[in-house]
Amino acid sequence: MESLIGLLVGAPLLGAALLLVGGRRLDRVGHWLATALAATSFVLAAVLFSDLLDREGEERVLHEHLFSWVPVADLRADVAFQLDQLSMTFVLLITSVGTLIHLYSIGYMAHDERRRRFFAYLNLFLGAMLLLVLADNYLLLYVGWEGVGLASFLLIGFWQHKPSAATAAKKAFIVNRVGDIGLSIAILLMFTTFGTFAFEPVLDGATGASEATLTGIGLMLLLAACGKSAQVPLQSWLGDAMEGPTPVSALIHAATMVTAGVYLITRSGAIFDAAPDAQTVVVVVGAVTLLFGAIVGCAKDDIKKALAGSTMSQIGYMMLAAGLGPVGYVFAIMHLVTHGFFKAGLFLGAGSVMHAMNDEVDMRRYGGLRRHMPVTFVTFGLAYLAIIGFPYLSGFFSKDEIIYAGFAKGGTEGWILGGVMLLGAALTAYYMTRIMLMTFFGEKRWQPDAHGHEPHPHEAPLTMTIPMIVLAFGSVFAGFLFDSGEAFVHWLEPVTGLEHGDSPVGHGTVGLAATAVMVVGVAGAWFQYGRRPVPAVAPTGRLLTRAARRDLLQDDFNHAAFVTPGNYLTRGLVYLDHKLVDGLVNGTAASFGGLSGRLRRVQNGFARSYAVSMFGGAALLIAATLLMRAV
Amino acid sequence: MNPENYLFLAALLFTLGASGVLLRRNAIVVFMCVELMLNASNLALVTFSRMHGNLDGQIMAFFVMVVAAAEVVVGLAVIVTVYRSRHSASVDDASLMKL
Amino acid sequence: MSALATALAAETSTSTGEAVQFWVLGPLAVAGGLGTVLMRRAVHSALCLAGTMVILAMFYLANGAYFLGMVQIVVYTGAVMMLFLFVLMLVGVSATDSLKETLKGQRWLAAGCGLGLGILLIAGIGQASVGSFTGLAQANADGNVQGLASLLFTRYVVAFEVTGVLLTIAAVGATLLTHRERIERTKSQREQAAERVRGDHVPPLPAPGVYARHNAVDLPGLLPDGTPAELTMIETLRGRGQIREVHRQSVADVAALEARAAGYHGQTYMATAPKPRSVTALETTGRPDESGAVTDPRDAGPGTTGTTGSTGTTGTEDAEEARQ
Repeated sequence: MESLIGLLVGAPLLGAALLLVGGRRLDRVGHWLATALAATSFVLAAVLFSDLLDREGEERVLHEHLFSWVPVADLRADVAFQLDQLSMTFVLLITSVGTLIHLYSIGYMAHDERRRRFFAYLNLFLGAMLLLVLADNYLLLYVGWEGVGLASFLLIGFWQHKPSAATAAKKAFIVNRVGDIGLSIAILLMFTTFGTFAFEPVLDGATGASEATLTGIGLMLLLAACGKSAQVPLQSWLGDAMEGPTPVSALIHAATMVTAGVYLITRSGAIFDAAPDAQTVVVVVGAVTLLFGAIVGCAKDDIKKALAGSTMSQIGYMMLAAGLGPVGYVFAIMHLVTHGFFKAGLFLGAGSVMHAMNDEVDMRRYGGLRRHMPVTFVTFGLAYLAIIGFPYLSGFFSKDEIIYAGFAKGGTEGWILGGVMLLGAALTAYYMTRIMLMTFFGEKRWQPDAHGHEPHPHEAPLTMTIPMIVLAFGSVFAGFLFDSGEAFVHWLEPVTGLEHGDSPVGHGTVGLAATAVMVVGVAGAWFQYGRRPVPAVAPTGRLLTRAARRDLLQDDFNHAAFVTPGNYLTRGLVYLDHKLVDGLVNGTAASFGGLSGRLRRVQNGFARSYAVSMFGGAALLIAATLLMRAV
Repeated sequence: MNPENYLFLAALLFTLGASGVLLRRNAIVVFMCVELMLNASNLALVTFSRMHGNLDGQIMAFFVMVVAAAEVVVGLAVIVTVYRSRHSASVDDASLMKL
Repeated sequence: MSALATALAAETSTSTGEAVQFWVLGPLAVAGGLGTVLMRRAVHSALCLAGTMVILAMFYLANGAYFLGMVQIVVYTGAVMMLFLFVLMLVGVSATDSLKETLKGQRWLAAGCGLGLGILLIAGIGQASVGSFTGLAQANADGNVQGLASLLFTRYVVAFEVTGVLLTIAAVGATLLTHRERIERTKSQREQAAERVRGDHVPPLPAPGVYARHNAVDLPGLLPDGTPAELTMIETLRGRGQIREVHRQSVADVAALEARAAGYHGQTYMATAPKPRSVTALETTGRPDESGAVTDPRDAGPGTTGTTGSTGTTGTEDAEEARQ
């Protein structure tokens, strides 16, 4: 059974290799091959899942040692897999959503010349992501971590002919590098502290290490998580990443890769539990990002960027939950899974809309699409209801549990966290309703594009609608399934642990409050966008709106804080290099040259001059000999 | 008279030859001065042979003569070759070592 | 041991005859050395050197080195010095050296070095001097040549063989150095003929001046008007600056002869009063002050100005070929 794990990871990687090496002869079948391999992974994951379900709670872990990677003295890096409940959850999410999005992409990328390459990258991403969540040590996790970063870079810049896409890919890559430095430092710290990278010895031995070291490791891990999961302060790349094809946004930048940070924090729970300071920072980062993303999401007119803000905000929820410790881990993962379903559904819906509207992304040019695209409307609507936390849909369960866990933190902190999350819930309802109203309701506002083509909205082909329908099912029922008999909690508890905090507010009250703020948010959006027609050109807006449209000045901040000083530093270094280093080197060379030029005159080339020195030397030798004899 | 006087004469001739090497520019004359130095050393060797009462010094002088003969043959050939290509037998003209 | 030493070191002084010989010939040898160094003409230097070598041969004989003395005369003065003279002839016997020093400070440095070296050598000998000497009577008992031979073929046999090899190598090396590689293809007779027809002179070049009173190749032939003809001059001699000016008297004689002949035929001789063109080429390839090839001032007629063509540097062979 263990050997299936290797196959599970290997199948998509094989697909990527085949499609990239195979060349044009695979153009006709490449997409089906890639989809079939993704589906193979999903089937294998299902088989493994059933195998795990047959076992008892603590026994539900499989180890597979493939080979020793770097066996040098004390340094032992193995390519080995560990499949436990946490990994299993991720594997199921990744393979299921991944397979659906492969299927969707067949329709979405039907007219793209480089479709085979696209599917190769998708498979590469799938393989790397599986490697990331299945690794049994941090070094192998790092390999997967970089692998998904590479796939993300390649896919964001897939339409590299667009300068904006190329720039966005570069931006994502560079910002991710900052986070990756954190991960590599964390791994090095682990090695110096524990002498190994493997999860079990590191996490078991975490209580034995000093708190300062653990705080350092935790903060570095958090930096890595911030980079990958687009959390403040490394959030700036996610909005631009929407330049990639929409299935990419759905799979990588909504459902799976961006949640890798949450996985990392949850996986390293033992370290964070022993370092309360690091945990506090995680919570703060989560809370700030939660509001940040929500505010940005409220202001964007680009449907994908609005959804990207939403993603950021939702991952903020997960981060916050993961920062709360064993109280929140389970619910972070639960929200992650439900979010994976409904956010993927939302993105696929957005892709479907763009597909119908000649790749128009401005929501102010949509309007009234519900009559033209009924399937998209219904699936998008169900996902919408799930994300805003409509009672008994999946978002309702997971988000309420996180808010409850926030209150359970206790004291003033608990109230602040709970309040922030409720505010976030209201904003979520607001911006999602805004998207919904601007896209599917109201009057039609579309206009001919630059080539004079009037868009003719139509329903997407079956390969695109089927994944949307499946994901809509997931959005609706996942939460209910997970919550019935606390199945999900019991499933994950052996890995993450579970505590029931003492909350000053009851479960029911939190649920009511969340529903209430949701209604307020929906109503607010309806008053603004539903009751009166949406202007085709965005009004100037207030200061906050304008700032939010510029992503709350994140790029301006980065530019002022890093790019400009970096430029000055570089210029200074270049100046120093020219004047000091080059000056020193050139000066030395020039002085030697001058000296040589003077010494050269001794070498006048006349044999007789040389003879004089020879005889002079002989005379001196004789003189020396005589002198020695005399003495 | 002590045979040492031969040594003084040899030293004098050797010095004269050395000065000639340093002063003259005609390669052939320079070469002749070298021969003068060799002959002076030969005289010294022969005198040493007499002073020490064995023939090894003379053997040395003999070898010097043979080597000098070989040197003259090659040296003059070189001078002729240089003269043929440069139309000059001046040692100062062959200063091509310098740029 | 000491008894043997005293027995061997019997002599403390040489015979009076040898002393007389030394004091007569010694200064002569030094004078010869000085002449070698100071004579302006290389030939004189060579002769001085030969004299010194003969005197040194005498000294060898006096010192009991009979074989070496003979070898000195036969090999050195006979063979080596002849070789020197031969090369001098090849290079140009009339070439005189200017004793003007061209290298800055060379003369002072040379004087310092030479003087220092001499003083030090003499001081060293004086310091190491011993009152007595052994003499070669015992060593030469079986004859000098036999003694040398027995040493040469026993103790020094390896060195002897090696010098033999050295001599062979030197002979081969000298042959190789003086050998001239033919770079271009030999011209066929047809090509030579074609070249001549296409060249400036189809008939043979005119001969140098051969007169009743002068019959020499270093005189240019004269044109009918009495001016020297460029074509008759040999490039090699011109290159060395050894072409002689035709004496004015000869030119006047020719003019007079022509005038008389014209008068005999009843014509008037048009005296063109030629301005003798220069024929004395002053082609120096080296430094002007080097004067490797200065024309004998005796031959340079008055009023001759150096305006010769620029063909002075062509090689000997080329000139010879052109003359064919």
